[in-house]
Amino acid sequence: MSFAGVMRPGHAAIRVLDMEESLTYYTERLGLMKTDEDDQGRVYLKAWDELDCFSIVLREAPSPGIDYTGYKTCSRADRDELVGKLEDYGLEIEWIPEDELKGCGERARFQTPSGHLFELYAEKKQVGDGLGRLNPNPWPEGLKGMQVYRFDHVLLYGPKIIETTKIFTDVLGFDLTERVLSPEGEMNVSFVSCSNKAHDLAFVEYPEPNKLHHVSFMLMTWEEVLRAADIMSMHGISIDIGPTRHGITRGRTIYFFDPSGNRNEVFCGDYTWYPDREPITWTADELGKAIFYHDRKLNENFLSVVT
Amino acid sequence: MSVNKFIITIEDNAEVFTCPPGRNVLKAMEQLGRKGIPVGCRGGGCGVCRVQVLDQGGYRTGKMSREQVPVEDEEKGICLACKLFPEGDLHLKVLGKWRKQFLTGTV
Repeated sequence: MSFAGVMRPGHAAIRVLDMEESLTYYTERLGLMKTDEDDQGRVYLKAWDELDCFSIVLREAPSPGIDYTGYKTCSRADRDELVGKLEDYGLEIEWIPEDELKGCGERARFQTPSGHLFELYAEKKQVGDGLGRLNPNPWPEGLKGMQVYRFDHVLLYGPKIIETTKIFTDVLGFDLTERVLSPEGEMNVSFVSCSNKAHDLAFVEYPEPNKLHHVSFMLMTWEEVLRAADIMSMHGISIDIGPTRHGITRGRTIYFFDPSGNRNEVFCGDYTWYPDREPITWTADELGKAIFYHDRKLNENFLSVVT
Repeated sequence: MSVNKFIITIEDNAEVFTCPPGRNVLKAMEQLGRKGIPVGCRGGGCGVCRVQVLDQGGYRTGKMSREQVPVEDEEKGICLACKLFPEGDLHLKVLGKWRKQFLTGTV
């Protein structure tokens, strides 16, 4: 497949209440690696199978939640072309200088009608996975906790998700892969992909702007999801629901919370998306099954707890 | 040897349960299989378990989201049950609830 435009979710900047406690959780439990910190006290982390120098940035703050989500483009020319399209569409761009996040190139930031901040950037320093690119081993020794492979996507809650989703599909070239329709036939949940994953980003309609539902990390097997759940119980990590199966995206999943109440997911096994597919549609009367395929009923905690 | 436990009384539904020192009220409730306070993230972030301490049996709190518990609320004894550590018997009023949103009532 030939990639162009937006390549992948590159980083999520997360607010936490207590840095020390959070760092133990994100490194020892999730298994991310600390790669750097800066003079603002922000801490930079990456998953082992990522080559770029960070994918998660933690900032200590009075309230948890998400500051912004960054997407890496295939080239600087792609970034600039997409920024031009965003401006033509009527969105205001704020340029964040190179190295404002250490190791990251210039970022073009914009706000969606849902209240969330997004960034496009083309360059980030690569530190590698410790295996190299010449005759590498399949995985590095000494991994910790759940041993997540990569930061995979975020699901965000906010108003006007039809308009917000349009920015990603009509301007940035994402594909709508799945959607949920309200009884009135309006889209109130959207899943979009910039690659051939089932989702690189998702939105749920919600009255309050700029809310975080979850930050997701990828595992490879159901056994690894089960093992992640074991680690949660070993360390008293707050579990939301799972391990279970999603109807939407087919993912095998468990949801849980970081020490500040930000929801995380580890999952495996969604399908391969190709752009010649029609989006999948879920109707309100089958929503229970769409969300949790085995429970087949709506889970109020999962649907309404956000940071 | 006697183990000192505090008595937690929830006003709204007359639920009563005990909480040992050093444990948060929400965890004590969940571990005893009791209900009464809605359970959310359990990390001081989402605000679902907001309660108000009605009498001052003594308590301390851990770090909580300022968005969910502003200073003026905290001064009125409002806090999140997942970050509420009793130092005496407490009477609580439940303030938190599920924030109804688009999915409610659609099925």
